Amino acid sequence: MEITVAEALVRCLEQENVEIIFGYPGGAILPVYDALNKSVIKHVLVRHEQGAAHMADGYARVTGKVGVCLATSGPGATNLVTGIANAYMDSVPMVVITGQVATSMVGTDAFQEVDITGITLPITKHNYLVKKPEQLPAVVKKAFLLASTGRPGPVLIDLPKDVAQTKINFKYPKKVALPGYKPTIKGHSAMVQQAAKIMMRSQRPVIYAGGGVRIANAAPELLQLAETICAPVTHTLMGLGSFPGDHPLFLGMLGLHGTRYANQAVTECDCLIAVGARFDDRVVSKISGFAPSAKIIHIDIDPAEIGKNVITQLPIVGDVKNVLGALLTHMEKKENTSWMERIRRLKEEMPLHYKQDGNLKPQYVIEKLNEYKEDSAIVVTDVGQHQMWAALYMRFNEPRSFLSSGGLGAMGFCLPAAIGAQLGAPHRQVILVVGDGGIQMTMQELGTAAEQKLPLKIFILNNNRLGMVRQLQEFYCDSRYFAVDFKLNPDFAELARIYGMEGYTVETPEHLLEILPRVLSSAAPVVVNCIIDREEDVLPMVLDGSNIDEAIE
Amino acid sequence: MKHTLSVLVENNPGVLARVAGLFSRRGFNIDSLAVGMTDNSSVSRMTIVVEGDERYLEQLNKQLHKLVDVIKISDITRDAYVDRELVLIKVSADAAKRAEIMQLVDIFRARIVDVSPKTLTIEVTGNDGKVTAFEDSLRPFGIKELVRTGKIAMLRGKRASSKNHINKEEDES
Ligand SMILES: Cc1ncc(C[n+]2csc(CCOP(=O)(O)OP(=O)(O)O)c2C)c(N)n1
Ligand SMILES: [Mg+2]
Repeated sequence: MEITVAEALVRCLEQENVEIIFGYPGGAILPVYDALNKSVIKHVLVRHEQGAAHMADGYARVTGKVGVCLATSGPGATNLVTGIANAYMDSVPMVVITGQVATSMVGTDAFQEVDITGITLPITKHNYLVKKPEQLPAVVKKAFLLASTGRPGPVLIDLPKDVAQTKINFKYPKKVALPGYKPTIKGHSAMVQQAAKIMMRSQRPVIYAGGGVRIANAAPELLQLAETICAPVTHTLMGLGSFPGDHPLFLGMLGLHGTRYANQAVTECDCLIAVGARFDDRVVSKISGFAPSAKIIHIDIDPAEIGKNVITQLPIVGDVKNVLGALLTHMEKKENTSWMERIRRLKEEMPLHYKQDGNLKPQYVIEKLNEYKEDSAIVVTDVGQHQMWAALYMRFNEPRSFLSSGGLGAMGFCLPAAIGAQLGAPHRQVILVVGDGGIQMTMQELGTAAEQKLPLKIFILNNNRLGMVRQLQEFYCDSRYFAVDFKLNPDFAELARIYGMEGYTVETPEHLLEILPRVLSSAAPVVVNCIIDREEDVLPMVLDGSNIDEAIE
Repeated sequence: MKHTLSVLVENNPGVLARVAGLFSRRGFNIDSLAVGMTDNSSVSRMTIVVEGDERYLEQLNKQLHKLVDVIKISDITRDAYVDRELVLIKVSADAAKRAEIMQLVDIFRARIVDVSPKTLTIEVTGNDGKVTAFEDSLRPFGIKELVRTGKIAMLRGKRASSKNHINKEEDES
């Protein structure tokens, strides 16, 4: 049967089991919207395309499925760019569809024309400009395949308007040819055996777990490995959640703002097992001082990550779940009381701490949220000090329960990502930890959240300033504070009410405790504007040029 | 050390931009790049010359592999291969110098492809060593313009660095 390419696109999405699309319409994408209108797929109308991209991202992080977002040509497409880059940096499976001006106009600087495939070349796993109508079904098939396999990432499809309107004989291909794309899933067996030997022999092993564990759904294997070889587990920001936070082997986050005991354990270890992590500069700090006495075993699905930042003794390229499973078949449970004792002592000697002085401390807010939240709650953060406090003071016992913009560090991520997360997991509690700066980057999505009747629990850690930048100026500019204070912030509680949400302002620990149980059990969307101590620093902190075990606190 | 990479890519629009963009954004320097279709019209071959140590090359290789359009990369530097480059050189050549230049053209088995009262345009093909030597010997006469195609290369003997006829299954329905 002949249908238009736009209709075919929607059929393809249905075949890929897409349930929800985040988008914003416009002229060039009109045919696609007209086709979508007749589909069972739910469309969420956002307030800004950046929001659509972050929502698709949050949805994908929570469900493990491919997130889909849709925008028109030109400004619609450029507004997506931050969200695409964010998904790229954190390896989030996403398919992005943009309208484009008609093929006859492409290249003429036509109204609302931008070269979005050119712009997104370095921030997509791959992208397509669909020039021939009959190409579309295979392109969509390839896009979903690429986005969701190997190291996941965003794939963009740019669809010119005239192509969308052309009729084709629709058939969704079962198989597509991608001769240049062959991700390695199974680890090299000799390497696996050798790695197992090194791990079994090591006296002081540490596991350094990244976002790859969550992506590969490998939390059970990670737990088993840690317990088998008595290796404590430290996490990157992306890795949090993939190992139970209440486990004695849990070390918390490492790196720039990592726990001192995690950084110390890495410094002392004789075998560092990097699992789905990429030795980012925020983790490693000074390369020469990172795990200086360790043999490094690096397990990752992306061969290009191996040896990119640090030299590894034993690389294993493959799917993390697959490789960990294979490793475990070569191992037996061993005991290691002296290393366990050393870890216990480190945690005791260098605990996280902050001063309670009667003011509302951000760390306290997080601790209490942690205490009162549901076990399966999803915590979504923005970027800044509050993000680091959440990473340090929250404990997660389930994967896919902590979402944060890691690689890109994009302020504005929190609210839209949380909307996507809540739509992907309607029965889980979704808690937002966001700064007064970051919320104002994508605050318009309060409209989307309210419209969708999502019971988000939004906690604004409000210091009336760009706290993280103030902290940087304190340490690196001799406290010459500049351009970090907001002289006018809206009353966020009032703003919530305007959107039909509940709004509270909290200024004391007592008040927080009083409202917290009620707020967290309420079925309504809530904004809690927490006026926190403005001078608080995120500590520990590894200064530029220091080793990770030289943090100040 | 200079490396010669023979890279097979899908002949899709934008593939050159993808490869070139990758080099520039990851800070890899290209000495030369020559690209053209193979005997299979859906596949092109790029011959890329780059300079760097082992670790640099390894990273470059892996990053190139991540491009979906890149089918196969062979570093043929250490293999026996034939390589050629074509160069056009416009050199100042007044009547007094002309004979001397023509002698050089003979020695290098180059060809004169255009003549004007004050200049000669010369075509030379060869490997890097020959082409550079020729260029050096013309330099004293005054080179007015020079273009190089970039190097193309092929393994010696019956081995192929990469098959042009990849089994490109058609998208099945
Ligand atoms: C889009 C974007 N612009 C700028 C920055 C740089 N930046 C990092 S943290 C930060 C301050 C964040 O302030 P706020 O949201 O209030 O959080 P706080 O640090 O106060 O907790 C800034 C400006 C960024 N990460 N993202
Ligand atoms: Mg702030």
